[in-house]
Amino acid sequence: MIKKLARSVREYKKASILTPVCVVIEVLMEIVIPMIMAMMIDEGISERNPDVLLRLGGILILCVAVGMVFGILSGGFCAEASAGFAKNLRKDMYYKIQEYSFANIDKFSTSSIVTRLTTDVTNVQLAYMMIIRVAVRAPIMLIFSIAAALAINVSLTATFLIAVPILGVGLYLVVTKSHPYFEKVFHIYDDLNGVVQENLSAIRVVKSFVREKFEISKFGKVSEKIYKTFSTAEGIVAFNMPLMQFAVYTCLLLLCWFGARLIVLTHGTTMTTGELSSLIAYAMNILNCLMMLSMVLVMINMARASAERIEEILDEESSLKNGENPLYEVKDGEIEFSNAAFSYQDDPEKESIRHISLKVPSGTTLGIIGGTGSGKSSLVQLIPRLYDATEGTVKVGGVDVKDYDLFTLRNEVAMVLQKNQLFSGTINENLRWGNKDATDEQIRHACRLAQADSFVESFPDQYETYIEQGGTNVSGGQKQRLCIARALLKKPKILILDDSTSAVDTRTDAMIRKAFREEIPNTTKIIIAQRISSVEDADMIIVMDQGEINGVGTHEELLETNEIYREIYDSQTKGDDAA
Amino acid sequence: MKKRTDTLKVTGRLMSYIVGRHKLMFAAVVICILISSGVVVVSSLFLQLLIDDYITPMLTENHPVFTGLFHTILIMAVIYITGVLATFTYNRLMVKVSQGTLKMIRDDMFSHMQMLPIRYFDTHTHGDVMSHYTNDTDTLRQFISQALPQFISAVVTIIVILGSMLASSVPLTILVLAVTAVMALVTKQIGGASAKYFIKQQETLGDVTGYIEEMINGQKVIKVFCHEEEAKQRFDKENDQLCDDAAMANKFANILMPAIMQIGNLQYVLIALIGGMLAIHGVGDISVGMIVAFLNLSKTFCMPVSQIAQQVSMMAMALAGAERIFQLIDEEPETDNGYVTLVRVHNRDGKYEETDDITGIWAWKHPHHDGTLTYQPLTGEIEFLGADFGYTKEKLVLHGIVLNATAGEKIAFVGATGAGKTTITNLINRFYDLADGKIRYDGININKIKKSDLRHSLGIVFQDVNLFTGTIMENIRYGKLDATDNECIAAAKLSNAHEFISRLPDGYQTMLTQNGSGLSQGQRQLISIARAAVADPPVMILDEATSSIDTRTEALVQAGMDNLMRGRTVFVIAHRLSTVRNSDSIIVLDHGRIIERGSHDELIANRGTYYSLYTGAFELE
Repeated sequence: MIKKLARSVREYKKASILTPVCVVIEVLMEIVIPMIMAMMIDEGISERNPDVLLRLGGILILCVAVGMVFGILSGGFCAEASAGFAKNLRKDMYYKIQEYSFANIDKFSTSSIVTRLTTDVTNVQLAYMMIIRVAVRAPIMLIFSIAAALAINVSLTATFLIAVPILGVGLYLVVTKSHPYFEKVFHIYDDLNGVVQENLSAIRVVKSFVREKFEISKFGKVSEKIYKTFSTAEGIVAFNMPLMQFAVYTCLLLLCWFGARLIVLTHGTTMTTGELSSLIAYAMNILNCLMMLSMVLVMINMARASAERIEEILDEESSLKNGENPLYEVKDGEIEFSNAAFSYQDDPEKESIRHISLKVPSGTTLGIIGGTGSGKSSLVQLIPRLYDATEGTVKVGGVDVKDYDLFTLRNEVAMVLQKNQLFSGTINENLRWGNKDATDEQIRHACRLAQADSFVESFPDQYETYIEQGGTNVSGGQKQRLCIARALLKKPKILILDDSTSAVDTRTDAMIRKAFREEIPNTTKIIIAQRISSVEDADMIIVMDQGEINGVGTHEELLETNEIYREIYDSQTKGDDAA
Repeated sequence: MKKRTDTLKVTGRLMSYIVGRHKLMFAAVVICILISSGVVVVSSLFLQLLIDDYITPMLTENHPVFTGLFHTILIMAVIYITGVLATFTYNRLMVKVSQGTLKMIRDDMFSHMQMLPIRYFDTHTHGDVMSHYTNDTDTLRQFISQALPQFISAVVTIIVILGSMLASSVPLTILVLAVTAVMALVTKQIGGASAKYFIKQQETLGDVTGYIEEMINGQKVIKVFCHEEEAKQRFDKENDQLCDDAAMANKFANILMPAIMQIGNLQYVLIALIGGMLAIHGVGDISVGMIVAFLNLSKTFCMPVSQIAQQVSMMAMALAGAERIFQLIDEEPETDNGYVTLVRVHNRDGKYEETDDITGIWAWKHPHHDGTLTYQPLTGEIEFLGADFGYTKEKLVLHGIVLNATAGEKIAFVGATGAGKTTITNLINRFYDLADGKIRYDGININKIKKSDLRHSLGIVFQDVNLFTGTIMENIRYGKLDATDNECIAAAKLSNAHEFISRLPDGYQTMLTQNGSGLSQGQRQLISIARAAVADPPVMILDEATSSIDTRTEALVQAGMDNLMRGRTVFVIAHRLSTVRNSDSIIVLDHGRIIERGSHDELIANRGTYYSLYTGAFELE
């Protein structure tokens, strides 16, 4: 696990190594200073020798200066290394997500990804900071103090061994018992973020149903769950400090008892009182280091739960991969399905569509009609390879879609999704998603085709109008037309509109189709619609029913032969000749 | 100077959150910390006692007796155990205090957020708001559970040691205090710089969260447009900014501790040097022993001081988080000066009496200035009187709207996008308030009606469907929390959602996540209609509700809707003229003004805009 995350250190390796190096020098100064100080007191002050006093004093000041410089350097490098490491972690996760297929995206909720990219990374960042700084300082101090203590008296130093099992067992218990709770806590964080996110996007529903109190109590439950789980986890961690103190105090008392006996019984020949107090000072140092190390351990323990969650993102392999030697060119907009089937769960029992065989020549306008849940969207999603067919093949331009480079394929197959979205930013910025180098003229042209030009130009800021998150400041119909314009800017060989004109009135809808016919005749156009009027002038219409093609033909043919089509037609024209 | 008072204010407020609601627990924590740090001080004195009172005298004895020492050690053991217990107690209590505070802050933020006006939600990115609940709240966790107790214990230790130093040597204490003043100055400077960048870091973190949330939500669109590279570039920009801010904030925070520690060491050296020189030259009354003792004291003194310095970064970060949290809590909530409420009533011989029974009759309870009460039956009559409205003060989007919908009438709004149809509905339920004019509900100015009651009396089906995580049954029940399963199913049947729901393997118990991502757009819309149906309000607003349901279902929905509309006042915003045709009154809007109104037949006879729309000679949008 560590190896995997360590890959994200990269350009911050230098700072990550310099930090402990500087810490080592800083710690060395800390060890040297009291030693020189002892010399200064003994040889300078006690002997009343001002020269020695000043000379040693000068050296000491130098040591302090060195210590300060390296201390500050280590702090700076440490900040740089940990912030950089966190940045790279976020970047690696985000880049990885960009490679995800639709199936991968469906697996993680947005709120969970957000928590992982923020809270979890922050936890790892803090732990990293601890590791490269404290985790170096403590062992050095520890080794030095043990050595110094051993130099004074070996058998008394052995008393420290008492502390080892207490601390070992205690720490082991604290870490293993608390870890599952930390793991759980971050999952609940996902839920918390989920509730907040849902409330933010559905606030109008909440307010209009006067469900504020209901939502508050819903949030309160999740909040309470975090409280309980986190309290349990930290409650276990709370054993750490008293446990340490217990070990320290036990050692102290044992040292005092055995030390005093040793001094008194040997009449000060094996050890002096001064040595005893030094020994106790070193003992305190040792235990202090152990305490620091245990705190680092607890911190790492918590960060481990976060690191695992980060890894889940990094480990997720995209279920769609380019084949070997992918094709980088799409010949034309011909589409062919041969006995294709698809299931979201990859379960032959739960297929959304099956037995699909269909050939659509390049430049055709294909209409798809069918009831809710009849598999229309599932069908067209296979064309730009948003998902792979679980059975059979789908070909574009005479070649299996799996043989294309994914970007090439998707650049040639523009799709306006049913659940479409604009992003916060100006209209121009949003439209340039289709083609980032589009000129103003091209943008205006695309808007004209999508019948979006007139309303955009009626805004005071026109194409520079700022769209709020989720496009809340334009109407549904306007949003749909902007999304169509955005897709048109790609100049695709195949254009798929998945129920993309549902909020657009019939007349505008007709004008969009007319513009398509006249301006992009060579593009294969697939129009999924609920209204017969949206597809009746298509070259070919298919009727979907319960995941299968129920009928294929032109409007007239289907009216003759297809019962479902006729039924839809009748229901829409009954008593209304205008719409 | 303003900045300083701000920091103090935020600190004070944060402390009142932490202490204010856990008074007893916090008092216990402070006492335990006092005991715990007291034991540490006693422990350092114990060594002196051990050497002076036991070891030294016993060295001269030929047959030393250790019972006295043993007893003292036992006493120390008891003291130590007390210390350990105190440490344990305050650590455990602190978990409760810190997690309790975090929970309270989260809950308060959320409760307050629910009260904010729609405008707030329209102008803040979701991720940035989410960041308050996680990133900002998290900054407080370490502060409360670690920094705060350490801070208290450090202050206690400093005071004790300062006392012993003063007793030992006044001139050297003055030296120590002078150096301490330098330390405080350095802490203030570096800590202040660190705090500045921590605030920036939290803000950038909010921005990054906002960007991530929006992009991840639209990840499928990114894929469809092969927009990955651009999405990465923008992300890198934001991410780099966050890295810079975090590095700066932590840099200042990290250098503080070594700086303070080395200043402490410098002081240590200075005491030895100056003290030594004084002793050698016999100035003052300073002995070697005194210097050694003082050196030890100054060493112990520096320890808690550098401990405080170490906590400063955590405090700076916590204050940055707290500031953002309080910003959210301080957002101006939706104002509601309404005093007319909706109550259940009995009709006794033409007189209305308030009751708790479910009578099916509702009335507006209207208290008057003269102290009298009147009950006005809820019928669902809506009246607009010269209503003007603009989202910004500069630009009005609705001008002088006058209309009257009597109870049970069906009113349809027709007009180009941007004509103001959706805006009108935002005004009836008071998501936004009028700039001028008024709207009356059953003859009562809606500004006088309590918002919650006003909204209870209105049902809305929105253009964008939003479903909640939970089962389908729970989602339908959202319209009426005490609805039985049968009522929910009846509502689903009415809106024809029942058919597809029963075809799902788990039926009504199907779990919906991510705004019902497993369902088609049309299915989601059907559920949202069922949700409005179960609420059963006298006035309904249908905002393009039927626009993406397949036509076969739509015919059925239309029939169900017609049932639902019967006896209700209904406002419809639809694009297909077929759905507005049987309205009692059709209102044609253009650029925020009503340009035509009347029944279908009247408007056709008029041969105006509606006629042009209807015959297709004129573009609707």
